Amino acid sequence: MNKLRISAPVMTAYLLFLLVPIYWLVTMSFKSNAEILGSFTLFPENPTLENYRTILTDASWYMGYVNSFIYVSLNTVISLLVALPAAYAFSRYRFMGDNHLFFWLLTNRMAPPAVFALPFFQLYSSVSLFDTHIAVALAHCLFNVPLAVWILEGFMRGVPREIDETAFIDGYGFTRFFARIFIPMIAPGIGVAAFFCFMFSWVELLLSRTLTSVEAKPITAIMTRTVSASGLDWGVLAAAGVLTIIPGAIVIYFVRGYIAKGFALGRV
Amino acid sequence: MQRSTNQRAWFLVLPVLVLVAFSSVIPMMTVVNYSFQDSFGGNEFFWVGLEWYRELLRSERLWDALGRQLLFSSIILLIEIPLGILVALCMPKKGWLASLCLVLMALPLLIPYNVVGTIWQVFGRADIGLLGRSLSDLGISFNYAQNAFDAWAIVVVMDVWHWTSLVALLAYAGLRSIPVAYYQAARIDQASRWSVFRFIELPKMRGVLIIAVLLRFMDSFMIYTEPFVLTGGGPGNATTFLSIDLVKMALGQFDLGPAAAFSLMYFLAILLISYVFYTVMISSDKAEPQS
Repeated sequence: MNKLRISAPVMTAYLLFLLVPIYWLVTMSFKSNAEILGSFTLFPENPTLENYRTILTDASWYMGYVNSFIYVSLNTVISLLVALPAAYAFSRYRFMGDNHLFFWLLTNRMAPPAVFALPFFQLYSSVSLFDTHIAVALAHCLFNVPLAVWILEGFMRGVPREIDETAFIDGYGFTRFFARIFIPMIAPGIGVAAFFCFMFSWVELLLSRTLTSVEAKPITAIMTRTVSASGLDWGVLAAAGVLTIIPGAIVIYFVRGYIAKGFALGRV
Repeated sequence: MQRSTNQRAWFLVLPVLVLVAFSSVIPMMTVVNYSFQDSFGGNEFFWVGLEWYRELLRSERLWDALGRQLLFSSIILLIEIPLGILVALCMPKKGWLASLCLVLMALPLLIPYNVVGTIWQVFGRADIGLLGRSLSDLGISFNYAQNAFDAWAIVVVMDVWHWTSLVALLAYAGLRSIPVAYYQAARIDQASRWSVFRFIELPKMRGVLIIAVLLRFMDSFMIYTEPFVLTGGGPGNATTFLSIDLVKMALGQFDLGPAAAFSLMYFLAILLISYVFYTVMISSDKAEPQS
């Protein structure tokens, strides 16, 4: 009884604290600029879809979403492809320098992107990859590959070694065993790792903004420039913000049980 | 799990090694180069040795940014860790209500960093924001664009809004791993709520809390986008943290030498903290085998 009396109000208050700012953004996206600046209302008086129309019909806006999706997907695929064998090696074998290597990977997850902004800009310019999707995708590998290795390693440790050994005795080669038996067994882990790669690449701004100018400019960068340039189109800005929240809000439902594990680098 | 020795495992790690080397070692080496050189435009570089380091360590700019950064990270930890634990303790244990709470709580974590900044930017403005407007209706003058204290307040509240859920989720995962038998034993002993927390829940959450503290410390130590969008580092330099200062120096003023030296010191600090993190985490892994 006692527990319920305290828990429910605390939980409600906390959730309100989380949701009110988001609610404010959402209502704003349905208001006209005149209403936002002129009258102060809790609900949109004349709900309008004008702001969303602006974004979805103007190529300089909606291409931002397309660009973001392209490099985020590229990054997720690359990260998983290289992380899978590495995570398997870390979870199954002992080899020269394994602990040092593992630590070194971790430091990349912890490296401040600000440190890498300038050198990345020069590196990708010099190999003429500046302003391409692949450049951003590779740059985001800096923190996503280590993350994917850590998460996958955590899941792979849960699979008993006997499975590998039985498969090898049964005459499976390594590649066939890996693709046919092992991957299906850790499918949830791959899903979670993919989700986290997707997410961290999606929310990142500094590197993706530094590495792009026109062709591959992500939606998040387009938003910041709109703020500084024309300044005051709040309705469109809010609508653009709402549209960036939606993908996360949808996929989060599928991984709700694993969120903690992902954030804890696979160690819960 | 017992792992067998196999040097050929290196081949499995090779792709990661190549990729991460490309995206971290090569850029890092250019930074090291710049930090020891000066350029007068174009591509002429001169060896200046440790000059940039000396200049930086003597400049107030770096120390001020570092001071603000440490203050910010400490405030963040002091608020978010206890609040996160409290929220985790109050979460429903099972059923659809628990799922709903999980999904809603995780929502801020998945919002792009600059949108987080944008949300609070519009939320806090006195003319169009709910928070700013309410405060001014209550007779409190609140202007984060001009008043340094207000700017700090809103940046801290924003970070609490953004990341407390992470602490709560980790703590919740830790709480869920406690067998029901522990609570039953506590009830038989007629233990108070406080002693259940102190002697059962807190020790069981130790591992996840270490991760939470270190992740929060490290991520707040390199925070860039959210305050950049919200306050732009201002008013004046009031909310210019290390990353913001660094980006200003490197991409804004193109002071390659000092920026590179700054980067290296910044990175070494992070490396040191990462090492502590890694050691603590590995030893707590060993102390408490995976369930």
